[in-house]
Amino acid sequence: MELAFFYLFAALALLGAGLLVFCFRNPVYGAISLIVTLFAVAGLFVLLDAHFLGAIQVLVYAGAIMVLFLFVTMLLNLQDHELGGARRTWAKALGAAAAAAVTGHLCSALLRVDGPIPGFDVTAIPAQTAATIGTVESVGRLIFTRHLLSFEVTSVLILAAIVATVVVAKRRV
Amino acid sequence: MTVDTVPAIPLFHYLVLAAALFGIGATGVLIRRNALVVFMSIELMLNAVNLTFLAFARYRDLPDGHAIVFFVMAVAAAEAAVGLAIILNVFRHRRTVNVDETVALRR
Repeated sequence: MELAFFYLFAALALLGAGLLVFCFRNPVYGAISLIVTLFAVAGLFVLLDAHFLGAIQVLVYAGAIMVLFLFVTMLLNLQDHELGGARRTWAKALGAAAAAAVTGHLCSALLRVDGPIPGFDVTAIPAQTAATIGTVESVGRLIFTRHLLSFEVTSVLILAAIVATVVVAKRRV
Repeated sequence: MTVDTVPAIPLFHYLVLAAALFGIGATGVLIRRNALVVFMSIELMLNAVNLTFLAFARYRDLPDGHAIVFFVMAVAAAEAAVGLAIILNVFRHRRTVNVDETVALRR
């Protein structure tokens, strides 16, 4: 059952990602297919017992960030000539080769793993402990104790991002 | 709540899926030239990394991965806002979002 859901979400995630990168020229369609991917990844988070982050994924990523993307895409209202012609084929081939090299490197690293990954003995983890590490309570406890400094730095970063966004996007400062 | 101790899905599955998503995202960054699509591909790569973090957190029973994913999401949100503002501004000045045609820094 769990495995069936995993394959369903994995297929949806790969489908959305593939459509975004390889099929749609129009960024609005790309954004919609990316939303499919983000929802599927949220489902995978839930399968990994990360309930809090699954909810945040839907709220922040599939909700806020993608709405921002769609909003800007529609604001720009790109015409066909503004999308530009086809990319120079040698540049595209070079890019595809570089991406294939990165992916191949990742895959070769994964293929070197034979059998269970050392230190990740899955049988050692009782399902009950695993089910409690992703709750709002435990993640919140972690963020406000061990990672408190990172949390505060993140809030400063977001403040800087807000100011920067307003300054950059404004027509006249 | 179940008392079984072995998750039905091997960790390896998650790692392969995350590698595939990361590869697709990297391909999008390298072969597409619409700045909006490039940005969305970057979000895709960040998601693949988040998936890896959470998979390791689940199978290692270490909750720190959750905190890191939380911060990655916050940084991604900030990055998306600033990046889209930059794209908006570039479009206003040059009437294009094509990354091949915004070459002012190359000259």
